Amino acid sequence: MSLTKNSKAGFIALNRFGYGAHGDGDLAAAASDPRGILKSEISQPGIALLDDPQFSSTTVLLQKLYAFQKATQMARKAKVAAASASAAPAPDAAKVTAAKVAAATNNGAPQMQPDAMMDKPKMAVRQPPNIVQQTIQAEAQAKIQRALGARVGLAERLVAFWSNHFCISLRKSQLVAIAAGSFEREAIRPHIFGHFADMLLAVEQHPAMLNFLDNAQSIGPNSPTGLRAKRGLNENLAREIMELHTMGAGSGYTQADVTSFAKVITGWSIVGPPGKLGTPGSFVFNRFIHEPGPQTILGKSYPQGDITQGEAALRDFSRRPATAHFIATKLAQHFIADAPPPALVARLADTFTKTDGDLRAVTLALIDADESWQLPLTKLRSPYDFLIAATRAGAPLPMQIGPYFYALRLMGMGLWAPPGPNGWPDTNAAWASPEGMKQRLDIAARWASVWQSGANPSQVLEALAGDYASRETQQAVARAPSRPEGFALLLMSPELQRS
Amino acid sequence: MVGLCEGFNPSRRALMVGGGALFSWAYMPKFANAADGRDPRLIVLILRGALDGLSAVGPAGDPQYAALHGQIALTKDGPHAGLPLDGFFLLNPAMQNFARLYHQGEAAIVHATATGYRERSHFDGQDVLQSGLPGVGSIKSGWLNRAFAALPKGDKVQPMHALGVGVQTPLVLRGPADVLGWAPQGMPEAGNDLASRLLDLYTHTDPMLAKALEEGLNINTLAKNQGLMSGPNAKPQGGSDNPAGMRQSARGAAKLMAADDGPRIAAMAFDGWDTHVNEGGATGRLAFLLGGLDGAFAEFEQGLGAHWKNTAIVAVTEFGRTARINGTTGTDHGTATVAFLAGGAVKGGRVIADWPGLADSQLYQNRDLKPTTDVRSVLKGLLADQFGLSAKVLADQIFPGSGTIAPMKGLISA
Repeated sequence: MSLTKNSKAGFIALNRFGYGAHGDGDLAAAASDPRGILKSEISQPGIALLDDPQFSSTTVLLQKLYAFQKATQMARKAKVAAASASAAPAPDAAKVTAAKVAAATNNGAPQMQPDAMMDKPKMAVRQPPNIVQQTIQAEAQAKIQRALGARVGLAERLVAFWSNHFCISLRKSQLVAIAAGSFEREAIRPHIFGHFADMLLAVEQHPAMLNFLDNAQSIGPNSPTGLRAKRGLNENLAREIMELHTMGAGSGYTQADVTSFAKVITGWSIVGPPGKLGTPGSFVFNRFIHEPGPQTILGKSYPQGDITQGEAALRDFSRRPATAHFIATKLAQHFIADAPPPALVARLADTFTKTDGDLRAVTLALIDADESWQLPLTKLRSPYDFLIAATRAGAPLPMQIGPYFYALRLMGMGLWAPPGPNGWPDTNAAWASPEGMKQRLDIAARWASVWQSGANPSQVLEALAGDYASRETQQAVARAPSRPEGFALLLMSPELQRS
Repeated sequence: MVGLCEGFNPSRRALMVGGGALFSWAYMPKFANAADGRDPRLIVLILRGALDGLSAVGPAGDPQYAALHGQIALTKDGPHAGLPLDGFFLLNPAMQNFARLYHQGEAAIVHATATGYRERSHFDGQDVLQSGLPGVGSIKSGWLNRAFAALPKGDKVQPMHALGVGVQTPLVLRGPADVLGWAPQGMPEAGNDLASRLLDLYTHTDPMLAKALEEGLNINTLAKNQGLMSGPNAKPQGGSDNPAGMRQSARGAAKLMAADDGPRIAAMAFDGWDTHVNEGGATGRLAFLLGGLDGAFAEFEQGLGAHWKNTAIVAVTEFGRTARINGTTGTDHGTATVAFLAGGAVKGGRVIADWPGLADSQLYQNRDLKPTTDVRSVLKGLLADQFGLSAKVLADQIFPGSGTIAPMKGLISA
């Protein structure tokens, strides 16, 4: 059924494209002009930007990190010196080895546990959060506040979509951890209504991505440094750009193309603490490690150049039909259905191609598509989307960010910590797992048990879903034996879980 | 969607509270072979990220090995010497338990093995490994789920569902047959009354969510009965890329599988094997992870108790890594690698390999260890010998299009 002016279309606008209603009024407003409310939200200038003055740029954050790491190192050295001076028994060899191994798992950086300090309160005395942990907390807080406050939340949903498409994981290193939020602010948010190629370049030249996928250390074998040093090429980022960021696996490129492209982007790196090549912590094209000479990728030759060699290749990737199809499929899968209508995918891909990857045009095509307004909603909200929707619906807002981190980790979706460079899965099969649903229920029960609001769960359901609410859900919520059980059923109802 | 909710049993609350028959809705596969008393168990560990087989099990007898694998090669001597296996191969010294099992005939290694996939994408590679398809394609289910579904249905055998460990069921175990999920818990539980009300709501409005929730509640009851919901087991101790997390997952799965009415088949995924940078050999990042895998084997041995003798565990990865180290003392995506087999049912003490050699001309694309054993022959051999699945079923349903790849014989000691 196709819907225009009723609360069902309003419900679709709020849930398929956003994070659900806040309470009274949202549904009626969305119902009066479902497409209009979406278009007006995304046409607000700077709607996706998070340029709060409290935040530092990645460059400044990395400088703080360098200083923090140096101080940590000095403190450790001082401790060792003090220990040996006091002629204590020789350190336990096994423990030393274990510490070294633990450090090695984090790229040589001291082990960090961003989750541990965000756990439930513990009896033990905890260290105050360090600069990395403080930064993650503040960035996450701002991101979540934005999603909670958004009228509908389409821009924030798109930020989350693109952040997942170009994902990084703070489990990689302290560098990625401290820059996870600024990566999103600098490389994703400014471009979600701009051109895909611009986002692609911003992402692949961001220190967080260059560290996450190892390109910062990749050295052209015939570069000045490569000829002297034993180190050389690392093709990790090159492969994932082709496979995950642009054209998609199986779209026709070969191992030789990957290797050539890896050579093309050698030199895309990060300035270290000494600042020999520029401002410490900033992106740099380091010609001393760039592989000289022309390279051929997908049959096209890229003449010897500097940074423009890689930029040209990326812009070419962004224009390939495989990229348009890959992006269109993922978008439709995210917003519409696990198996999206092929005609819709084709239309989105066509818009992408005709507009040279104008993501505002693609978003508008998605809003305008008839397929976007069909019922029922078949996607299961991801754990992150569930928590945002639950809080907007009125679940108690925690004073601190900790409970969100903890709940997300329990549901298998730690913030900025996906399991691999392909990001979180975007299908019901992944999230509607037995364990996942059980965890959701426990979390819903916990949140509902501290719901302070004097509201009536049935009235909240009415405000969220109006005449989209099923009779069964209305009855289950109304007949719950207690207010917390009523709220828990509301949070777990298909009306809130589906999007 | 499966119509599990149809004719829903109103006495489910009694089931959730526990005791006695936990899985009233299960129709029971029969693979506890009453005749010979065997009650076989199979555990599949998916190592996601591509394990470097050449630093896990080093071919120290190959003249090219030391030069190719450089500073991350295993060595016979020195402070972190590899553990001797058969005179040709060395085992990474982080795997002391596995070495012990090997020498007592309860662990084996298959080397130079790979799936049929010859590209180098992790995610396609993992899909091929877990789907059991010959190559990349449309995936609806995993081979372990289909194998489970193909087992003959018994009448009075104890209820046994397959177990997926982790918040997300690994693809290898997804599919038409019902799967239980378990992961270390971390939050006070919802009450039974709330759970049953929600299940009732889903039953009438959303069959997919009903099925998932019901299975989640059922395994939870079993976990509780096995003491996994209290004490040190109650909280997650680390992720799937952390040795403590690997051990905890194995410990929990072993407890569940040791129960008389527990699952006989389980799958879980361990992560972190994508060692592009500073991989380390006998020590370092790879050894750290291998220590976790080694600990998981030990947990299974200990936790399964008397059932260990009928258990086979297989650890497989999507592909191997380059034979030469890369420019950042790590390795890039490659082709052939190792598979680990362990368990009392395994005919161990062997490295099974048709060794291809490491000279430039012997490498696959002058780059990777060349595959000489299709990993499907290993998996088919395990399924055939543990559960009696026929070669035809294995070739048609479990690993479609694998008719020319014979099940490897003699992996299980009769």
